[in-house]
This record gives sequence, structure tokens and C-alpha cells, in this order.
Amino acid sequence: MAEKVPMTALSPTMEEGTITGWSAKEGDVISAGDVLCEVETDKASMEYEATQEGTLLKIIVGEGGNARVGQTIAILGEKGEDTSALEKEIAEEGSGGGSDEADAEAEASAEEKPEKQSAPEKPAEQPAAEQKTPEKPAPGTSSVAARSSGDSGIKASPLAVKLAAERNINLALVTGSGPNGRIVKRDIENFRGVPGGKAAVTSAAASGGAVPAGADQEIPVAGKRAVIAKRLSESKFTAPHYYLKTSVEMKSVVAARKMLNESLSDKVSLNAFFIKLVAEALKKHPNVNASWQGDKITQYGSIDIGIAVDLGNGLITPVVRNCGNRGIVDIDADLQELIGKARDGKLKPEEYTGATFTISNLGSFGVEEFTAIINPPGSAILALGATKQTPVVKPDGSIGVGNIMKMTLSCDHRVIDGAAGGKFLHELQQTMEQPVRVIF
Amino acid sequence: MPEIQMREAIRQAMDEEMARDGSVFLLGEEVGEYNGAYKVSKGLLDKYGAKRVLDTPITELGFTGLAVGAASVGLRPIVEWMTFNFSLLALDQVVNNAAKMRHMSGGQIKVPIVLRGPNGPAEYLSSQHSQALHSYYAHIPGLKVIAPSTPYDAKGLLKTAIRDDNPVVMAESELAYGWTGEVPEEEYLIPIGKADVKREGSDVSLISFGKPMRMVLEAADQLADIGLDAEVLDLRSLRPLDEEAIYATVRKTNRAVVIDEAWPIASVGSHVGWMISKNCFDDLDAPVELVHSEDVPMPYNHTLELAAQPSVEKIVQAAKRVSYKE
Repeated sequence: MAEKVPMTALSPTMEEGTITGWSAKEGDVISAGDVLCEVETDKASMEYEATQEGTLLKIIVGEGGNARVGQTIAILGEKGEDTSALEKEIAEEGSGGGSDEADAEAEASAEEKPEKQSAPEKPAEQPAAEQKTPEKPAPGTSSVAARSSGDSGIKASPLAVKLAAERNINLALVTGSGPNGRIVKRDIENFRGVPGGKAAVTSAAASGGAVPAGADQEIPVAGKRAVIAKRLSESKFTAPHYYLKTSVEMKSVVAARKMLNESLSDKVSLNAFFIKLVAEALKKHPNVNASWQGDKITQYGSIDIGIAVDLGNGLITPVVRNCGNRGIVDIDADLQELIGKARDGKLKPEEYTGATFTISNLGSFGVEEFTAIINPPGSAILALGATKQTPVVKPDGSIGVGNIMKMTLSCDHRVIDGAAGGKFLHELQQTMEQPVRVIF
Repeated sequence: MPEIQMREAIRQAMDEEMARDGSVFLLGEEVGEYNGAYKVSKGLLDKYGAKRVLDTPITELGFTGLAVGAASVGLRPIVEWMTFNFSLLALDQVVNNAAKMRHMSGGQIKVPIVLRGPNGPAEYLSSQHSQALHSYYAHIPGLKVIAPSTPYDAKGLLKTAIRDDNPVVMAESELAYGWTGEVPEEEYLIPIGKADVKREGSDVSLISFGKPMRMVLEAADQLADIGLDAEVLDLRSLRPLDEEAIYATVRKTNRAVVIDEAWPIASVGSHVGWMISKNCFDDLDAPVELVHSEDVPMPYNHTLELAAQPSVEKIVQAAKRVSYKE
């Protein structure tokens, strides 16, 4: 009996995925566990392993196609079985009586169109939703712009749509408090996010000078970008951040690294040192390795440190586990593997979630110092700047040249009070200036 | 200002208009010798005599037709139907003659008639005598329909109706005849087609008319206790509807609950709900709620009878739903 193969949630936050390639082809016999296709989720590329068995009778969503979680992407069954009834059903699912999903579907495919110039092959029996692709919303029609500027599955009351357009709020960033997550008036009124989206762009364009400098570009907010926007907004707007700054004389760390690397064939990265030294400081201040949980604070038994990795089109924080109890070489091996996976988009959800502390290092961009937004569930993030030769006043009062790195700790005040944050940062600074302290 | 009952306000309206205009007369079952089934026409026979206050046989189609005929040749009859349930027998005269004559004669024949009586459920009257039938009349172009909820509105609207050159149906309520309210001694008129804000509010609009208005106001008090400031709009006229007043309140509060004691299908309430959805779409923060009678013949069992009708509790719940306060 032929059955539908649905898109499943391959990451905790995935709502839809793009099929970047089919490993199986029509006619292949599939066993449970076989890789059917590669799916790009909001965070990473994942292999979709079959949970059903049978012959792959029909691919419904081809390469480059988008599917919401639950949407049928293929049909599996007995070889030679007639799938026309099922295909009709699937097509109806797609166009189903004006359902939101169908509309969302259509919208999603409309948004995808410009990127799919290579015209991925599509079976003739595409879901009806694909056929009734609506026209792109005309720029400047504010309510339409607001409604379609983000996630295609957004539900919002008409008033909320209007208010969002008036205030240049991207609905994709707003959390709905109504039934089924419907965004209602109070959600817009309580929203304190960063205004943005099409309405802002078009009004700016309308009031611009006589000679346009160039066409505005509209970049759809979806996938990674939407997740980054939502998570960081949530963090910044719910966690009361405060910031502690200090400077570190880096010569000891640099010397320690040099000494270690002379004895190794593979060099240990500076970030591995930071991770290890942070972990050692956290061991002495476990109250910083904690999370605000609303009605309680969880103090973690494991020190799991995330490190922000730039992907060019977004960022991701792979997490090195149990850093408190591991050596620096071991940590670095793990870190390099995770970074490699991150750049290939192959990180699994369990490899980029649940950091108890995060490090963001912009030193390689020449940034002297900056403040970072806390990466939940952790309660603190350490922002590292570049190490620069800087005039310093030595203990004897003379002026000398130091290798100074500035670092800024962002703390969630609900979990870490100022003194606690200060003690931890002081510990970290001393540990970095005298790495030998880890054996104290 | 004297406080009088609804029945007295209606009587005063008829009395004043009969005194003012000799062409106005009243007819219906028991309106004369018995002073009206609900004592609305008390004293009118004594005052105006049997030529102007006519006790009719139990023949709704007959005496309604007689009145339509009288109106079309220059008199201004007021027909009292003992209840709207019985008016169904006269429907053909109302729909096909009273409502159509002016249109089909190219304006040559006008039918200045008032058709009035108690409408909607009272208590313990079972299915055939507990029907809110105002939607039947509101459906018909050529008629005007009013449904007052206070003695003041009843008197002012009825006087206007009697002077109107078109057929006007006034839906009253058996249970409301005893309701009291202030009515000035000096003369006043209330235009047909004008709604009235019975309570100002900012959070949710409760829109109703006729007998349910009392529940609606009580619901508004309860909503105030939980921090919802309800605005209450009394439509008063069902045809024509005061669209501007409806849209104004919805645009003010962004939420609407319509209360109509009729059944939900093709009712005035469902129509108002549609009008709001269409014309205030961008102002709505929640789908319009309709509180209505259950879609069943009225049960005789009193518990079920009450459960089948709108209630304060149902109105409060609907208002909380549209306010996302559940």
C-alpha cells in the first residue's frame, strides 16, 4: 500500500526545509535508515533518513523544492503500484479549501522563485498550490508587504498587520499570543524589536532624492536569518544585559601556546586556549555557568562552551562539551571538527544547541572591543577583541609596551549579579595572564 | 422626568399620534374592550371610540390586509399583532403588498402603516410561541424595522413610525413591557436608522438591540469587573441599519460581539457581523463573535429554554474571546 513520505522536523526550530538533493531516485528500493535526500533546514544541511520501507514510487518535491514540516515530499510503496489517487490527494492537500497552509505554500514558492533560475525538474503532478502561485506583492502596498515580509506561515489579525505596517515592524520577528500563535494588537504594541522590513525600505525610497542611486534590494528573511533575528531579539529583550570590561596582557597565553605548539604536529588554536581558560574560571565560579529558567536557575554540571562561527550568510555557535574536564588538545580537535562541519552546513542540532557559556571573538577583524548578545540558554557571553601592542604602565611606574586584549563580559542580571560577574571576570583575567593558575 | 413602563410609553406614542392626526387608528385582536393582550392600548377605546380602536376577529391575514388597504387609500393604521408568532399568517400582506406597493406603483401608492407587537421568546411558551422573527421583516426591502429596548426609545421611534409614509414593523417584547425608564413629558421624536451608544467604552463593542440589550448592559458591568471596558451600541433600527455607528464603534475598540436573540442563520446579527468583517477588516484584532439563540426549536423545559438563548454569561465569554482574555 503506497504511503506518503512527509517532511519531518530535522532541527528543533525547523518549520520548513529545502531539498538540496535526492540521494534516492524513483524506483529505488528503500530500507529504514537509508538516506533519501539532503535537506537544508534553518540551521544546517541534514540527511533525511527513511523511517519507512518500500520502493520510492514518486518524488513530489524535487531538488531545490521547499517543503513545510508535514508536507508530503515523496510516495513510497510496492513496486508498480498505482499512485494516482494518492497524488491527487496530495495535490488537494496543497490547494485545500483556502487553507492557510496552501496559501503559505504558494507564498513560499513565490518567494523561492527568483532563486531557482536553474528550474529544478518538477514532476508534472506538482501540488496544486504550486500552480496557483500568486503574484509577488507590489512594493509599497504596506499591509501586503508586512504580511509577506517574513515567514510565510505567519498568522496575524488584520489590525495587527495594519499596525505592523504603520510601525515598520516585521511580523516574522513578532511572537503571537493569540489562538494558534495569531499575532494580535497587543503583540505589536508590546513589540520592542528592531523596526525593519519592506515598509521602511519603500518609504525611504519614496522620500529619496531625484536621482536614484540604484534599485533597492529585497532580501527575504527566512531560514537562518529569521532564527538569528528571533533568538537574539528574544535574548536581548528578555534578559537584562549588563557589561563588564577588562584588559588582559596576552604574553603568557601566547608563550604557553608557542611552547605547546612546538611539541605538536597540529597546532592548537588560540580559541582552544580561550575555551580552556574560560572553562577553568567557570569551574571556580559555577554560578556563571547557569541558566535562567523562569521559576528556577539551573546551574549546569557540564561546562559546554559555544563559540560563534561566521558563515558568511549568518552565524552559528558549535558547542564543545564538558570543557572543564578535558585537555586543551582534545578540546581543539573537537573545535576544529565542529567548525569544519559548521562551514559545510553539516552541524547536527545537538552540536549547536545548549551552550552554557559562549565566546565570540572578533579579534581577527581588528575589532578592539565590543559587546555581545547573550546566547541562551547560557547567561553570559564573552566578547574578545584583537590583541594589540599598547602602551602600559608597569608596576614600577615606567611606561612599557604590552600585548593587550580587551574583553567584555555580557551577563544576564537575573542570574549573575554584578559582583559575581566581576569576580568571574577577574578570575578569568588572572588565569589568562598566569595560565599556571589552572593547577592551583 | 417621569419613569414609566415600556407599555405606557408605547401607549403614549399611539395616544399622542391619534390625538394629533385623525387618520391614525388602531386595530388588532383584543386591543379595544380588553385593553390589549398586554394592556398596551389601555384606555384608547374609551378615549377614541370604536371607529378608531377596532377589535378584530382572529384573522391576521384579514385584518392586516384591511389595514394595508386602508393605508393605501390615505389612513394611517397601527396594527397590533398579539405576537409576532401569529404575524406569520399575515406575512403575504406585509411582504407582497405593504412592502411592494410604493415600488410597483411607481410611487403613486404609499402605505403608511405600523405593524407592531411582542416578538421573541418570553418564558414557558414552547416552540411555536417563543420565536424571534424580526429577521423575517428585516430581510424585506420596502419595510422599515425598529426594535427599541427602552421606554424612551420605544415612544420616540413609534411616533416617528406612525408619521412615516412607509410600512414600519416594530418588534417589542413581552418581557420588556414592564421595564421602566425615564420618558420626558414634552414631545420628542427619534429618527429611524439611528443607533444609540448606551455605554461608552474602549476595549470591545457589544452590538445588540431589543430585549437582549438588558443582558448586554449587565455583561458590560461584569466585563468592567475584569478590566474590559465595553462599549454598548443599541442599533434600535434594524432596517435601515446605522452602518456608520457600527463601524465607528468597531474602529474604536477593534473587537465586536453582536448579540441577536434570533437563530444564527440569515439573522440581523449575522448580517451585522458580515458588514463589520467586510468594512472594518483592517481594524479587527479578532474575528467577530455572534451570540445568538441555539439553532433549534425552543425547548419547553425551562432549563433548556434558558440555555438555548443568549445569556449574560455567553456575552461575557464572547467578549473575552475577542479580547484574548480567556
